[in-house]
Amino acid sequence: MSFDVPDDCRYLDSHEWVRQADDAATIGISDFAQDELGDVVFVELPDEGAELTAGEEFGVVESIKAVSDIYAPVSGTVTAVNDALFDEPELVNDDPYGDGWLLEIELADDSELDDLLSPDEYREQIA
Amino acid sequence: MNYAQARWTDDDDRYEPLLSEKSSETVSTEDGPLPDDLTRDSLTLPDVSEPELARHYTRLSQTNYGVESGPFPLGSCTMKYNPSFTEDLAASPDAAVHPDQPTETTQGTLELLYRLQDYLGRIGGMDAVSLQPPAGAAGEFAGILVAKAYHEHNGEDRSEVLIPESAHGTNFASAAMAGYDVVSLAGDDDGRVDLDALEAAVGEETAALMLTNPNTLGLFERDIEAIAAIVHDAGGLLYYDGANLNALLGRARPGDMGFDVMHYNVHKTFATPHGGGGPGAGPIGVTDDLAPFLPAPRVAESRGGYEYVDPDRSIGKVHGFYGNWPVLLKAYAYIARLGDAGLADASAKAVLNANYLAEQIDYEIPFGPFHHEFVASAGEQDAADVAKRMLDYGVHPPTTKWPEIVPEALMTEPTEAESRRTLDQLAAAFDAVAGESDETLASAPESTAARRIDQVRAAREPRLSWQSLDE
Repeated sequence: MSFDVPDDCRYLDSHEWVRQADDAATIGISDFAQDELGDVVFVELPDEGAELTAGEEFGVVESIKAVSDIYAPVSGTVTAVNDALFDEPELVNDDPYGDGWLLEIELADDSELDDLLSPDEYREQIA
Repeated sequence: MNYAQARWTDDDDRYEPLLSEKSSETVSTEDGPLPDDLTRDSLTLPDVSEPELARHYTRLSQTNYGVESGPFPLGSCTMKYNPSFTEDLAASPDAAVHPDQPTETTQGTLELLYRLQDYLGRIGGMDAVSLQPPAGAAGEFAGILVAKAYHEHNGEDRSEVLIPESAHGTNFASAAMAGYDVVSLAGDDDGRVDLDALEAAVGEETAALMLTNPNTLGLFERDIEAIAAIVHDAGGLLYYDGANLNALLGRARPGDMGFDVMHYNVHKTFATPHGGGGPGAGPIGVTDDLAPFLPAPRVAESRGGYEYVDPDRSIGKVHGFYGNWPVLLKAYAYIARLGDAGLADASAKAVLNANYLAEQIDYEIPFGPFHHEFVASAGEQDAADVAKRMLDYGVHPPTTKWPEIVPEALMTEPTEAESRRTLDQLAAAFDAVAGESDETLASAPESTAARRIDQVRAAREPRLSWQSLDE
């Protein structure tokens, strides 16, 4: 089975993705991650204004199979939270790179993006 | 062998309806004496006859499965049969005391509580016992608070609690709730505490090591004296999770192994009913050094009678009054009925039953030698599907997928209560399922009143109170 790994994102080896747009970025979990977890039933996210530190956990995603911490691929300040997930956690399964996004942040240091996996490197990891 | 659980409809999707779904009537409540702005104008109540009401609850009970239905080898939970005589005692008029009654009128109650403190202390090798915590996990939390108060009294500000990664989830939660940072310890290849990892993790920040012995794989921590020395040398305390005390009852005592604090799960070890939301009890025992910090009050002897006393530096109350007296009475009755010899016999038979059952089943058991429980692996099968399929053979399945150290874990604890014939029935169910196809497993259960539960929908759209009936 092959998993969707969009070219416009970069990845953390713990299966989070980040998509940059100027000084802002969107964060989510990968198609591979949602498939491994199975049906997501609950998502816990920080509030707007929270500070994320690259490599540290910032939330929890819970499925029927497991409860997993979510790690920040990059550092920054949370500017938007995907509130829709609180009522419809299945969006993470249905559209992990679109409607199932988790957070939008203002990047603290966009050079951190260089430390992440490229789409090809991530494809290799989950192959 | 065929099994078919009680059923009452041709439609497989139809469960016993709620009482209000059978028939209901809306009544006016306008004539009540309470202010109008605080009351509803009308109330919808079920409208059924007494026989319909009786049948409704009987049907619900028939679709349940309990220790009185058949074998219940739910690992780590010690699902003992709850002897009826303890229920009779707890329900007797003599046991009906009010917590605010003057103690001159409740001396019998106090005497039993005092004796239970003494019995539990002797069983655990502990110097002092508090009966107040209302459940196992509550006892665990209280025990960690006592350990914390002890350190603080000694001017020590320690920040970490060490816990083996295979420990019960409550250990991590209790330590975190008490404000500690949790340090998770990897086990060794044999499934026990890795002494090198422990040496590396322990230090001046170590407040305590929480340990279950035998551990969740059923293995006795053979190095317990070395473990105790490492923790104590660093100034830490050793916490005993009493979840698996049934394996040692009357034969070995946590206090003698060097443990300083412990909790007792009376619903496991001493055959009181498991919670299900009802009242429970999780007494804690400590060494003399920690006794002044126990929850208040405790029962003490005084001038030929008994009284409540508050320990000098108590952490305070962890529950109302003196704990859940009827549950404690059941535990007392069980211990008194069995006596020293009976308790030692219970642990011997619990270990024997687990080992006998393990010998009969086809699934691989990677770790041993084990005591009162074992963790088999479902191998290529999905452990959750194995569990569902076992229901079709009329037995309750083991605990599944935990501890994670065993792939597709089937954590099995038959308890001492089962006869050889029942154990053979259980083994036959295991082996029948072991030989079945993934397709058969995936469509199970078929013989139960309720079929496969939609876990995803239950988690995403929980209906937890009567209010959700309107949605």
